[in-house]
Amino acid sequence: MTATPGNGGGNASGGAGNGGGNASGGTGNGGNGGNGGGPVAFVHARLFDPATGLDGDGGLVVRDGLIADLGAHITLDSVPPGMAVVDCGGHILAPGLIDMRVFSGEPGHEHRETLATASHAAAAGGVTTIVTMPDTIPVIDDAALVDYMLRRARDTALVNVAPMAALTKGLQGEVMTEFGLLKEAGAVGVTDGERMVANPLLLRRALAYARDFDLLVVQHTEDPVLAASGVMNEGEVSTRLGLPGIPAAAETMALERDMHLVELTGARYHAAQVTCRASLDVIRAAKDKGLPVTCGVSINHLTLNETDIGAYRTFFKLSPPLRPETDRRAMVEGVADGTIDVVVSSHDPQDPDTKRRPFAEAEFGAIGLETLTSAALSLVHAGEVSLARMIHAMTAAPAQILGFPAGRLATGAPADLVLIDPTFTWTVDPEHLKSKAKNTPFEGREFVGDAIRTVVAGQTVYNRLE
Amino acid sequence: MTSDAARPTPILHGQHLLGIEGLSKQEITDLLDLADSYVELNRQIEKKQSTLRGRTQINLFFEVSTRTQSSFELAGKRLGADVVNMSVGSSSIKKGETVIDTAMTLTAMHPDILVVRHHAAGAVELLAQKVACAVVNAGDGSHEHPTQALLDALTIRRRKKRIAGLTVAICGDILHSRVARSNIILLNIMGARVRIVAPSTLLPPDAEQLGVEVHTSMTEGLRDCDIVMMLRLQLERMQGSFVPSTREYFRFFGLDEDKLAVAHPDALVMHPGPMNRGIEIDSLVADGLRSLVREQVEMGVAVRMAVLDALARNLPGGGNA
Repeated sequence: MTATPGNGGGNASGGAGNGGGNASGGTGNGGNGGNGGGPVAFVHARLFDPATGLDGDGGLVVRDGLIADLGAHITLDSVPPGMAVVDCGGHILAPGLIDMRVFSGEPGHEHRETLATASHAAAAGGVTTIVTMPDTIPVIDDAALVDYMLRRARDTALVNVAPMAALTKGLQGEVMTEFGLLKEAGAVGVTDGERMVANPLLLRRALAYARDFDLLVVQHTEDPVLAASGVMNEGEVSTRLGLPGIPAAAETMALERDMHLVELTGARYHAAQVTCRASLDVIRAAKDKGLPVTCGVSINHLTLNETDIGAYRTFFKLSPPLRPETDRRAMVEGVADGTIDVVVSSHDPQDPDTKRRPFAEAEFGAIGLETLTSAALSLVHAGEVSLARMIHAMTAAPAQILGFPAGRLATGAPADLVLIDPTFTWTVDPEHLKSKAKNTPFEGREFVGDAIRTVVAGQTVYNRLE
Repeated sequence: MTSDAARPTPILHGQHLLGIEGLSKQEITDLLDLADSYVELNRQIEKKQSTLRGRTQINLFFEVSTRTQSSFELAGKRLGADVVNMSVGSSSIKKGETVIDTAMTLTAMHPDILVVRHHAAGAVELLAQKVACAVVNAGDGSHEHPTQALLDALTIRRRKKRIAGLTVAICGDILHSRVARSNIILLNIMGARVRIVAPSTLLPPDAEQLGVEVHTSMTEGLRDCDIVMMLRLQLERMQGSFVPSTREYFRFFGLDEDKLAVAHPDALVMHPGPMNRGIEIDSLVADGLRSLVREQVEMGVAVRMAVLDALARNLPGGGNA
């Protein structure tokens, strides 16, 4: 759309830039961009914001944690003396990523991940806001626990933490939680996390009640009865492996049913992860009807398929399961054409005890925060989806769904930023991941492109080149 | 009856009072006027009348209710009727008798007026089709509770000197409330503006079609209103099925001084009772100067006397026969 200031469409440096040549600091006092919250200028950047259509050379000034000014007129020469400066080396400066689906080990599984380690992993992946799932011990189903999460995050986390609360008490699918009190405490939505709210009467009332509070309802769309004890996608591969399958219909049926309930109640509904082509038809039909429906997809379902499971590799055991290549392609198209609104990491830390088991007995889930930017860029490099669509699905789209002021480069917006070098090459070594858990499906993968600096409220929380 | 006395004017067109639905503005006004006169009577030391002398009134309560039953009992007795109370526990209903069988049995006893409460909507009307006497609906399921609406109207009219033009906010469990339905109909007939306020889970579908403004926020629904009518939330509905918890309900839908502050400065508060203090209403409001709760109980007896009187006038041998 309207390229705000400066030289609109012309994407100068072509993204590539000069690799490592940019010493982080530039002038000013050190490169941490922090210096106790004083103003910081980010210069020599390719400003990139799908929300406004901005893509052009320029700079950005941060003051009091907010974007104070941005555009082509902000250059090294224009920065007043004394202001800290970060030279972006011509790389892409985009809004920091907002990851709508992160399972936190804390509270209850701190040996897998804490909010602190998850936030370090997030920062390393260019993610400035993580939306945490309520599947913890105890379950986040009470206003006091939402408050606990926010306090722990304030005290220990590097990035913004936005907790979602449970939709039902204890995630038991029986009694709805106190949506009003949870929202007042700071919950950004309600969901039963990795469980589906299966009871249609309960979901109907929950949707109706959520609408009164303008609270987002996030559903894991997989019919638990039909999915039964399935552990991977149902099809030829599951047959060859001798593993019980989960049919794609378990997802599509659930989604279809929910659309009727959304129509009945008018509540804002978000399908956390769609994974198969037929589900996209349901989403498209709902959107055509004008229903307040959005959906997400995990980066795993965009970049991997069921054959990656190979010889029973449990790090590829996900919920919903990885699907055939045709579905993966459909999901990528869904992101490209906007049917799918949001891309998430679905970061789900598991420890060896829960993963080093026979496939059917292992837990579901893979970590993904640190590899989110790189994996997303791999799709861009392959020409499957544009950079703008990809970034939009991880910034402006989730921000809009969640009602966050972040997710865009605009004066007055939070200075949550990511600096992306699309040519930075690295190989995923689990030992060097910041996440406490090591269950990455991208072990040994060579990625081209990554977040090289992550900024939260104007403070640099991660600098790959330091 | 006192056949030589001047025959009282008929008030109601029908044989029964099954609901507010179907009553005219004139009928309601006449009932309220008559009830007004009984309010004065009830404040005398000598309250006994002979209007219903010789008449038999049976209070048939399939659903237990102490206050409504005693209000009807007192009303009948003050008018001189012989009043018999039959409640679920002591009758054959528990032994499997159907409503119609019960009606036939009672008819054989020649009552003049049956006052009936039943947990199923439409049950009172079904029973009325099978008996010769007059039937008063004392509440049928989630359908109607006409004498409650009439006593609420009388309370409002005495305090505000009018009903027309007032804004009345009915708040709480509208979905299951016969009190709300009867009040909505009556207040609309009398020219009031009616709002209903509840979480969506406690709103009936297509509620707008009843001629009300629908709100899901107390601060919106109560703004500048003249009357706040709170409804009782049944215990079984507040533990996670329709609303998550009592504390959440009180926080967002319970009437306290903060929420009442957006209403008109002269706004008055009503509740059909019994109240759940700290759930739908704060004690400071329930017992405050703006509360009409006790007045409603007083008006209840007067309104029921007026209803019994009016129905008796239409009975064979009554003033209107």
